[in-house]
Amino acid sequence: MQLPVINNTASEASQGGCSAGSCGSTDDQMNHLPEHIRQKVFNHPCYSEEAHHYFARMHVAVAPACNIQCNYCNRKYDCANESRPGVVSELHHPVQAVKKVLAVAATIPQMTVLGIAGPGDPLANPERTFETFRMLSEQAPDIKLCVSTNGLSLPEQVEELSKYNIDHVTITINCVDPDVGAQIYPWIFWKNKRIKGREAAEILIAQQQKGLEMLVAKGILVKVNSVMIPGVNDKHLEEVSKIVKAKGAFLHNVMPLISEAEHGTFYGLTGQRGPTNEELQALQDACEGDMNMMRHCRQCRADAVGLLGEDRGSEFTMDKVEQMEINYPEAMKMRAEVHAAINEELESKRLAKESKVQLVSIQGVQKKEVTRPVLMAVATKGGGVINEHFGHAGEFLIYEASSEGVRFIGHRKTTPYCEGGDTCGDGESALDKTLKVLAGCEAVLCSKVGYEPWGPLEAAGIQPNGEHAMEPIEEAVLKVYEEMRVAGKLAVKVVEQQKVA
Amino acid sequence: MALEIIESCTNCWACQPLCPSKAIYEAKPHFMIDAQKCTECAGDFEDPQCATICPIEGAILNEDGVPLNPPGSLTGIPLQKLAA
Repeated sequence: MQLPVINNTASEASQGGCSAGSCGSTDDQMNHLPEHIRQKVFNHPCYSEEAHHYFARMHVAVAPACNIQCNYCNRKYDCANESRPGVVSELHHPVQAVKKVLAVAATIPQMTVLGIAGPGDPLANPERTFETFRMLSEQAPDIKLCVSTNGLSLPEQVEELSKYNIDHVTITINCVDPDVGAQIYPWIFWKNKRIKGREAAEILIAQQQKGLEMLVAKGILVKVNSVMIPGVNDKHLEEVSKIVKAKGAFLHNVMPLISEAEHGTFYGLTGQRGPTNEELQALQDACEGDMNMMRHCRQCRADAVGLLGEDRGSEFTMDKVEQMEINYPEAMKMRAEVHAAINEELESKRLAKESKVQLVSIQGVQKKEVTRPVLMAVATKGGGVINEHFGHAGEFLIYEASSEGVRFIGHRKTTPYCEGGDTCGDGESALDKTLKVLAGCEAVLCSKVGYEPWGPLEAAGIQPNGEHAMEPIEEAVLKVYEEMRVAGKLAVKVVEQQKVA
Repeated sequence: MALEIIESCTNCWACQPLCPSKAIYEAKPHFMIDAQKCTECAGDFEDPQCATICPIEGAILNEDGVPLNPPGSLTGIPLQKLAA
């Protein structure tokens, strides 16, 4: 039996087709974007699981000030070991930042995108943010610029934003209801006053929505980020997704709340938990019917450098950058060659995949049997194939196989089993952590699995599988799914059937 | 009449451009307020602007050494949790 490789949700598939623009995203959501948007974002590492193995991005920390407080943020925090938004080690003046960007771009030619994301709000620091953008637009026209904002001062900055080489703006929108917002934002700074509570949320929401509309009207791509906070905005985000899509946002990125007590945030200290992997996936699925969803966000630091999930920031500290002699016009020629080669490779891969998807879709139509969906974890270093040892994987990609086909669900981080030592600080072994991270998965596909973790994985209901090394991920997942079907492991539970209907 | 920035300042720059008297300047290890210039925004704004945007509780003191944003006033974190 052949199963189709699909890029949309079960509910959409059951409607028998998908319109470009509305399809859910997966490992390669860009194939479902309208062509003019795909052309704009195909080499943006943040927007595609595929592109992020080829292209790199960096953030520069030029924007320290913020004009609001969020309950998941602590402005005192700065730790080089912390990998999460809002955290930086070194703040830059625009001139330094530009120097750093040129140094990175010349050293890592795959770097195509420069973002300003904080550590505060870029648009609450308009002079520093726009000076950086202005210099980069002049000196490095081959670098795309993007910016993220809480939206409070967005409407007054749209005109200025449209002057630079900026084609994406990310707005963090956690709510459209001020009563929900009052539980997320304790205060905003607005017209020379600190405003608290519901009133603050009301102003912030109105500004975000107005800013979104103005950017769309200007033809600037808007992505919306939302932090999923269980019990606060988890249900509400479905409505947010509908509204921002209707207003023209091209992508919605629902991210899990990070709230460790040691971060000292309001949520961390008051015991507000983040969502489980299952809760996050369920919400992303629920939103997906309305919106392109982003599934592979790694929640980078505000000064991250490199490919997604890696940070080479320590190679480019300011004292090291000052020592480097950069001839950018020369570097730009070399960069253009590297980009052309990557683009060619990506384009040929995309075409190959497209023709294959059409083929298996046709064969798949004849199949009538409905089987239950299964989650599988995959260890990969990139390139779309299974090529990582179980013990070396710092993260697993999660795929769902069902009678509709295979789709990318997200990624889950862990401590590599082979580097974990006996126990972590909290007495949990690296293997225990990985078992927990893989909860809900019924198989883990890797290039190799050692003898030691085999037993515990099986005992946890996760079948280790090293038989598909170097095979394309989706094909291997389908093969394993088919083996499970033949073995009679995929009978549909009645409850799940109803959910799909 | 002048406000003071103390060591809990995180150097976030938020206050500096807001000061109507240009009394705030970058310094090490943290921003400072020139007491000769600071007017506490009298005549310009209802609230002293630096303390109105400052995200760090306790970082800005009044003349009597009292924090304008006492612990818990901005984040809403209960005091016993802050102490822990």
